[in-house]
Amino acid sequence: MDSQNGAVVVARDISRIYGEGDTAVAALRGVDVEIPLGRLTAVMGPSGSGKSTLMHILAGLDKPTSGSVLIDGTDITTLDDTALTKLRRKHIGFIFQFFNLLPMLNARENVLLPLTIAGEKPDRGWFDELVRRVGLADRLRHRPAELSGGQQQRVAIARALVSRPTVVFADEPTGNLDSTTGGEILELMRASVEEYGQTMVMVTHDAEAAAMADRVLFLADGRIVQELPRSSRHEILAAIETLSVR
Amino acid sequence: MITFALRGLLARKLRTILTALGVVLGVALMSGTFVLTDSIDDAFHSIFSQTYRNADAAITGKSAFSLNGGNGSTPPSFDQSLLTTVRALPEVGAASGFVTSDAHLIGSNGKAISFGGAPNLGFSVDPTQPDLSVLSLVSGAWPHADEVVVDKTTAHRKDLAVGQTIGVQARGPVERMRIAGIVKFGSVSSIGGATLSGFDLATAQRLFGKPGRLDQILIAGKPGVSTAQLLASVTKVLPPNTQVRSGSEQAAKNASDASGFISFLRTLLLAFGGIALFVGSFVIANSLSITIAQRTREFATLRTLGASRRQVLRSVILEALAMGFTASVVGLFLGLGLAVGLFKIFDAAGLTLPNNGLVFRTRTVVVALLVGTLITLLASLRPAMRATRVPPIAAVREGAKLPPGRLARFRPVGAALLALVGVAFLLIGLFVHGLGTAGVLTFMLVGALLVFIGIAIFSAQLVRPLAAAANPVARWAVIAFSAVVWPLFSLPFWLLRYGVWGPGSTGRRVAAFVGGALLNPLVLVVVLAMALRRAVSGWRPEWPADFPSVVTEPSATRIGNENSQRDPQRTAATAAALMIGLALVTLMAALAAGIIRPFEQAVDDIFVADYAITAQNNFDPIPTTVTAAVAQTPGVESIAGVRIGDGRAFGKHIELTAVDPQAGDVLSLDWRQGSQATFGSLGADGAFTTDSYAKDHHLAIGSPLTVETPTGTLLGLHLAGTFHPPAGGSPFGAVTISSATFDRHYEQPKNLYTFVRMTGGVNDANTAALNAALASFPNAKAVTRAQFKDNQSAAIKNILNVLYVLLALSVVVSIFGIVNALVLTVFERTRELGMMRAIGMTRRQTRRMIRHESVITALIGAVLGIVVGLLLAGLLTVRLDFIAFVVPVSELILFVLVAVVVGIFAAVFPARRAARLDPLAALQYE
Repeated sequence: MDSQNGAVVVARDISRIYGEGDTAVAALRGVDVEIPLGRLTAVMGPSGSGKSTLMHILAGLDKPTSGSVLIDGTDITTLDDTALTKLRRKHIGFIFQFFNLLPMLNARENVLLPLTIAGEKPDRGWFDELVRRVGLADRLRHRPAELSGGQQQRVAIARALVSRPTVVFADEPTGNLDSTTGGEILELMRASVEEYGQTMVMVTHDAEAAAMADRVLFLADGRIVQELPRSSRHEILAAIETLSVR
Repeated sequence: MITFALRGLLARKLRTILTALGVVLGVALMSGTFVLTDSIDDAFHSIFSQTYRNADAAITGKSAFSLNGGNGSTPPSFDQSLLTTVRALPEVGAASGFVTSDAHLIGSNGKAISFGGAPNLGFSVDPTQPDLSVLSLVSGAWPHADEVVVDKTTAHRKDLAVGQTIGVQARGPVERMRIAGIVKFGSVSSIGGATLSGFDLATAQRLFGKPGRLDQILIAGKPGVSTAQLLASVTKVLPPNTQVRSGSEQAAKNASDASGFISFLRTLLLAFGGIALFVGSFVIANSLSITIAQRTREFATLRTLGASRRQVLRSVILEALAMGFTASVVGLFLGLGLAVGLFKIFDAAGLTLPNNGLVFRTRTVVVALLVGTLITLLASLRPAMRATRVPPIAAVREGAKLPPGRLARFRPVGAALLALVGVAFLLIGLFVHGLGTAGVLTFMLVGALLVFIGIAIFSAQLVRPLAAAANPVARWAVIAFSAVVWPLFSLPFWLLRYGVWGPGSTGRRVAAFVGGALLNPLVLVVVLAMALRRAVSGWRPEWPADFPSVVTEPSATRIGNENSQRDPQRTAATAAALMIGLALVTLMAALAAGIIRPFEQAVDDIFVADYAITAQNNFDPIPTTVTAAVAQTPGVESIAGVRIGDGRAFGKHIELTAVDPQAGDVLSLDWRQGSQATFGSLGADGAFTTDSYAKDHHLAIGSPLTVETPTGTLLGLHLAGTFHPPAGGSPFGAVTISSATFDRHYEQPKNLYTFVRMTGGVNDANTAALNAALASFPNAKAVTRAQFKDNQSAAIKNILNVLYVLLALSVVVSIFGIVNALVLTVFERTRELGMMRAIGMTRRQTRRMIRHESVITALIGAVLGIVVGLLLAGLLTVRLDFIAFVVPVSELILFVLVAVVVGIFAAVFPARRAARLDPLAALQYE
């Protein structure tokens, strides 16, 4: 799994420009990032800083205008749609702000969906363990509409973990939840990193969430402007303060 | 992925059902058609196998060439001496000779008994050989001389019993006969609406004008004699113009004679089933692409979870397959019910079909399921391709839009090209000679399909201007509609509501309730249903009522109009379904008007008589004895009949007509060679033809012309004149000879029309005199020129009405298309609707907004449909010279009104859904 110095995702000098000519807007201007194995990395920054674009590019949802992204040693910026699809099955999991569960499937089917799509047999023990860990054992037959927001996000976390991907990307995972529920979800994510050694990247603007991360990257105007190791909510807020003053 | 696709369908039940309705109805019409025609087929087969159930062989007359059958001609009869010869053969066990003919039973009201245009059949019976008789006795006795037996169904329906007397008429005037017994046709209970009468042989021969002749000999072989031996032995003694077949062969032959009509009916009905399916495929394609646009995030999520494009494609197609298959199964069984309904419709339209129980063949199941599923699959291909273009990143974007396809830019041009290619196909089909019927039909069909598809796609470009033009029309049409409907429904509705829920004294409420109930009982049902609902659920209707109110309002209609232009492709696709139905309806209306007008013109040109005598049903040929009887009527100055029969000339089958010499007094032709005097100077071997027939066969005055009769006689004729028939047709066929010559060579001559000139022209006295003369011929009637025109065009109008009913199915499918598109739109705009309600839009305004959008969409479909229909009619009339291009203005106005009503009704359900949305919940919906 390891590539150089333990990083599973390596981005080199990526920039992303939207539009052309006079209306061109640079969302990223030469960003270098390495996502270390088995760690929770948080990406923070004000609106329009490019944090979402960065995550989209790292996850292969968007292509950079220039630069390269390696996931498990493969440069995903040169892959075609089929190869990218195969890479997603093996290496990438997603947790979304709006959960993105399929409304017609029950919780169990939603969790197993990545394996169903890839045509793989679920690992019974792993599935049971996951379901137990996220606390959904008695909710498996329910449809998303019958679950609370927090429960839906738990299903989404189990879904992201079920195929044991190389890296899970979470896009504002607590953005659509109240603070108590959000806290539970963050603890669950934290636990998956610690107990299962899952590598995770989380985009957030919530300092509470970032405080759960092993490492916090700060983006502003399309560049990484600061990096903190595991910090308290307080330190993170202070860092944001300095950045916005600057 | 399979569960995913199927669960998706179940989760969107309403949408799925609305989407699939087009396929359900189309398949229902198809399977109904198969069941109907198979049942008729089967009934005919069992009728004919009943006829020959005990006969090993049958001798019949043989015509020199195959007959048209449409003009009442039958194979020639033969001399009854053959029966004696046949009976003497050692292989023959029993043989019996029969004559058959049309024979009318005359009811107590003096009119011929007839059920829905079905035939009135007369037979001879042979009491000594009951096993060989077509009829079997139910009660009473076999008839003696001058007695009759009648069939059970007729006896039952008309309260006839053994011992009564009844009028019977075949060739001659009505005769009164005693009913000796009640019979049925073999063991078949009913053969459609046909009436059956049976007589002993001598009576039948006299009545049918066939003394000493037979139409058929049925033979039973001696025990131990094989059919082959029997046939061989009989063949040796056969005179010319007769033939022998085994009983089963003869039954099959008779059944196949009937099957021409059945296969025509089958093709016609299948065509309309196909049209409904075609419209249904538009509805499916449109609904699926709307649904897929709404499910963008769902597909994108699947992609982020590792689904490939192919998997997305497969899941959409699988959904379509499952939906198409289920819809086809439902349609298949609905078709059974429809077959019963079709029997009733045809019955009502004057065409009672024989029915011996419904026949449900494997073929019906296979074809219906296959066609329904495949059509759905085809319709889903484009939406499915669109679904594969959803990028994974759409999973994290709010309100992501589907990226336009690479070829989107070329859509209008491509669509226009497609329509042009379609027109080119139509032109090839219409104007290129030597394609053959199948070739012409293929070109026309493909051409029409391409035109419809091309215009449907291209019309997205026209939505904005059309919507702008339709906007005031929609508003004023709805206002006008309100002005008519509002007082009708509103006042009684309000009164009833006041009666049930209103404040005030009991007396006033009861008075209001009674008043409302008297004014419009229809509304009473609605109010009672509402009262019931209230009693059950505690629901309380809003006050004041706004159920019937259709008055429009600028603010709501303006937004509705804007909405209709928001996604031109969607509006165009929704309107396209209605366009197809209306284009075909317009085409039919224009063609019918285009046929009737030149026909009436032709009657005005040719018909210079005062009266015409026709059959009660206006088109059956009637015996010449009728003409002879009318000729004796005081006041008749001149009378001439036009006979019709089959002939063969220059190796081809022709309609041979014959005319009385005094026809010049009652008919006027546009002579190219010869003159009115030619009618009188035809003589024994003179003939006149149409100018085109003479030209095609290089005939000049005096040219020899040989016509073969069904008995094989060759008539040596010479050309005495040519005339140019008007575009609307003439009573004459390709070749016309003198009636005297015709009567010498044709058995049982019949007149298609008889024209009469009377002293004093048309007046009550003359009409009364003619009717008196016709009293003993209940199947004939005297009509004036205006009545003649009306009667003849009524047939066309009847056919037109049947076609309207069949096309209405397609219009119904397109209504569901509009409903579905609106429902989907309401889903899609839930948040927006919630916002509008939150900033103060009332429920009523919401409803009006949706309704206005619906009416505009329907009007766009109507306008496009009418234009396309008129274009198609124009093309056809250029090709077919007996049809004039006539714009049926009043019908077109009616169609536009129908479109407005369609729009109003299509919006009822979606508008209610939209108005019911809770603003708060709607704002949170995502």
